Amino acid sequence: MHEQTIAELKRGLSSGAFSSEELTRHYLERIERLDDTYKSYITVTKEAALAQARAADAARAGGDAAPLCGIPIAHKDIFCTRGVRTSCGSKMLDNFVPPYSATAVEKLEQAGCVMLGKTNMDEFAMGSSNENSYYGEVKNPWHIDSVPGGSSGGSAACVAAQLAAAATGTDTGGSIRQPASHCGITGIKPTYGRVSRWGMVAFASSLDQGGVLARNAEDAALVLQQMAGFDNRDSTSIDRPVEDYCQNLHAGIEGTVVGVPGEYFGEGLDSAVGAAVEAAIEQFEALGARIKAIHLPHTRLAVPAYYIIAPAECSANLSRFDGVRYGYRCSDPQDLDDLYKRSRGEGFGEEVKRRILVGTYALSAGYYDAYYSQAQKVRRLIKQDFVDAFSDVDVIAGPVAPSPAFRFGAKSRDPVAMYLEDIYTVPVSLAGLPGLSLPCGLAAGKPVGLQLIGNYFDEARLLNMAHRFQQATDHHRQRAAGID
Amino acid sequence: MITLAPRQGPVPGDWASPTHAETDVDRTDIEKLAELARIEITGATIDQVADSISDVLQLVEQLKSVDTEGVEPLAHPLDAVQRLRADSVTETDQREAFQALAPAAEAGLFLVPKVIE
Repeated sequence: MHEQTIAELKRGLSSGAFSSEELTRHYLERIERLDDTYKSYITVTKEAALAQARAADAARAGGDAAPLCGIPIAHKDIFCTRGVRTSCGSKMLDNFVPPYSATAVEKLEQAGCVMLGKTNMDEFAMGSSNENSYYGEVKNPWHIDSVPGGSSGGSAACVAAQLAAAATGTDTGGSIRQPASHCGITGIKPTYGRVSRWGMVAFASSLDQGGVLARNAEDAALVLQQMAGFDNRDSTSIDRPVEDYCQNLHAGIEGTVVGVPGEYFGEGLDSAVGAAVEAAIEQFEALGARIKAIHLPHTRLAVPAYYIIAPAECSANLSRFDGVRYGYRCSDPQDLDDLYKRSRGEGFGEEVKRRILVGTYALSAGYYDAYYSQAQKVRRLIKQDFVDAFSDVDVIAGPVAPSPAFRFGAKSRDPVAMYLEDIYTVPVSLAGLPGLSLPCGLAAGKPVGLQLIGNYFDEARLLNMAHRFQQATDHHRQRAAGID
Repeated sequence: MITLAPRQGPVPGDWASPTHAETDVDRTDIEKLAELARIEITGATIDQVADSISDVLQLVEQLKSVDTEGVEPLAHPLDAVQRLRADSVTETDQREAFQALAPAAEAGLFLVPKVIE
């Protein structure tokens, strides 16, 4: 059953081939047997999942099956879940049990999904390798000595190891697309404002966006359909109808103009990754798309701009963790100042503290204009590159990451090397555009992802392009050795 | 066959800047930042933190040389403005549920060490 896609599971459930309770038990048994190796889950919600599954079966028996009735999924541990610990991968929130659920979680619950548990992640979504989790690093199912990518590494690994049918994730600078790429699955980060951020622990509010990691584009479409939409409780949510992502999945892509930015194929790109991505672009040509070389001239400024804007927003957002109202508190504080400093010093990990300090620096008097204001201006230049490009092309294609998954420890002592993992994903985040990662081959036995970048709210086109590609190829059906 | 535009992508070597010294932060700077951010940085790690933050500042240094004359800062990717709503109560009282999460609370109050002598 775990080998089936959501589309197949929906058929199996509705024909009565198996019940949601049987399916959920099957997944829970796999998690129990296999996840000691991968560490993709922080919390498994066994009893609640079985109760949800039985409720789904009852609803179906009563003729009231919601679109994803009885489908077992996992949530990144950044989404608040009522009554279930939401740690955000941090010691700071190790004891945090939210009294409410995120809008995205609520919507998927209403769509009938069963929650298997909460997935591992880099602390507060800051990282590209999952090595920054308080709960230990997630292993890449393809290569146990390599990172799964980050920050949604647990979500990516659990889908790749078939320990959930799909998982939610969040993407601030690449945190859905890069782990999807490294784990050989399909991941979509929608347009900024498409999925509600309400109840999603904030890192950099002008960039954070929820999305989906799944086996293929069709499954991503099925889940995103239920997750997306306007939410009055999120002041940056966009009030605009959600397209029907499944309706046009099968449509032909003849005549679609695919832009290929030269800047994404520079010297930093691993040659085997480049070859797989170029072959994938040729496949789109074979499917009838027209390929056009384009330029995104400010690409090299994206990582520097991101590492001002994201830390600045993080330093403001994370000021709420003060050891007073919830979260970790140091023992035996001498005075209020000591309580703040030690609670934060002991509760946050190394990378989170580094970003808070960088953000504090960038926002401090005398530096604000030189750093923060300048970064926001460069952000507009980067957005304008894309706006100009989309006057000539329908979609942009390139690599997700410069190289395949690296070994544990390879970059953890060098933050700047780690930040450069995101050179091809960060520009898309700064512009607020939708991006999709789909498997397009292997490099040294490790998965390679192709990134498709769409115009604003063009998620349906990205999913359609990816689905057509997956109808013609079988890269997305490849599984890691040892995943039975 | 795809013909790509001339290669001008990001090259790791591009980030190296000759003006490293300008962006170096030292122990005193870190102590000041840690004070502003209310984060304890222990003495043993402070040099390491200073080094890694100097590296990050070196990375972002190249922003300074970009000509942004006449460019408006971008705060929201879709240039959306904050929505307004009627000033009415939409939340129910959940004080007990929220205070149950606190490290120390009593009689509806969050407890902290004595602030005023």
